[in-house]
Amino acid sequence: MKIAITSTNNSLDSTFDLRFGRAAYFCIFNTEDLSTEFIENKNVNTKSGAGNKAAQTIIESGVSRVISGDFGPKAKDMLNKFKIQMVMLDDDSKTISSIIEQLKSNNNYA
Amino acid sequence: MPIKIAVASGKGGTGKTTVTVTLFHYIKENITSKVQIADCDVEEPNSSIFFDDLKPIESKEVLQMIPSINTDRCSFCKKCVDYCEFNATVVIPGVGFAEVNSALCHSCGACLYACPEDALTEKSHAIGQLIKFGNNQETPLIEGKLKVGSAMQTMVINHLVNDDWLNGDIILYDAPPGTSCSVVSTVSQANYIILVTEPTPFGLHDLKLMIELVRKLNKPFGVIINKADKGFEETNTYLMSEGIEILAEIPFRVDYASSYAQGSILKNIPGDINAAYSKLISNLKNKWVHYA
Repeated sequence: MKIAITSTNNSLDSTFDLRFGRAAYFCIFNTEDLSTEFIENKNVNTKSGAGNKAAQTIIESGVSRVISGDFGPKAKDMLNKFKIQMVMLDDDSKTISSIIEQLKSNNNYA
Repeated sequence: MPIKIAVASGKGGTGKTTVTVTLFHYIKENITSKVQIADCDVEEPNSSIFFDDLKPIESKEVLQMIPSINTDRCSFCKKCVDYCEFNATVVIPGVGFAEVNSALCHSCGACLYACPEDALTEKSHAIGQLIKFGNNQETPLIEGKLKVGSAMQTMVINHLVNDDWLNGDIILYDAPPGTSCSVVSTVSQANYIILVTEPTPFGLHDLKLMIELVRKLNKPFGVIINKADKGFEETNTYLMSEGIEILAEIPFRVDYASSYAQGSILKNIPGDINAAYSKLISNLKNKWVHYA
């Protein structure tokens, strides 16, 4: 399965982004082949509907779980419609690689 | 044509509603009985609490037309998504999902124009209401009230100020605080703008923002300094250096403030406040002649 993690930049040593709709990048971690891919959030500076748009990006990427600081009401509605699990993490000092390591060591993808 | 006067401030709590309601009273006594208030502070309208003798007698819904997408017709081409300035449309081709988020939609109609399949139709959604307050003889107050959860303040205000319930000779717009879209919607439709400020650093800061706004809109305006005897001279100095007219300086009176708190500002108006308003009325009378 694919897990999205909101990221402040486009590499594994980037720090975790607490924002969902206005995260700089989405890191898509594939638990099958352990690959990662960074998708730029083109709507980071949009006037309105950033969360709605980010949810659309996540849905289209075939992600089943998203890890971010929090989710706004419109993003939440949209992710719920597609049964995408939302995981909240409030530590923005963590790097993307440390979060992925944690996911691997727990082996808790289900 | 009615004369439309907006009472605005920038900073909240300077006395917009107090000035609107009191001015209403003095206009009625001295200029015309056909004066009405449009409470444009649609997120928190409160002018009505100062009129014991008025009751809500009629209301009508303000409707916003929001498109909905018929997924049987939709080819999931995403043209409507590209056209939407507000990111309200979500189309996900793989799963046959297409929807317009009503909370984000501004009813601009661009998606209807964009769709090559004619898959969108507009449906009406209630976003607020207009409430007419009156008694047996007259209907001097119309209030706009936004529905909780809607962000379309400007649409409710536009419906309010253009409604035919407002048919007096002089209409006073009680504007919302701030300098954002809802304030622009209110003051841009007025002939003359009264800016109410209080002599404090915060009051002056927001007054300057408001002056910048009304100058951009090219509207004639003047300033009322409310609670004027608080000893902050910078406001007067600034207005004089900019050549801006001070319409009135209304002193602060504890007993008047407590009447306000009890919802009865029109009873027992103190002598010096009465003098300030009487002077203001004769000044405005000369000014407004040009707008009638």
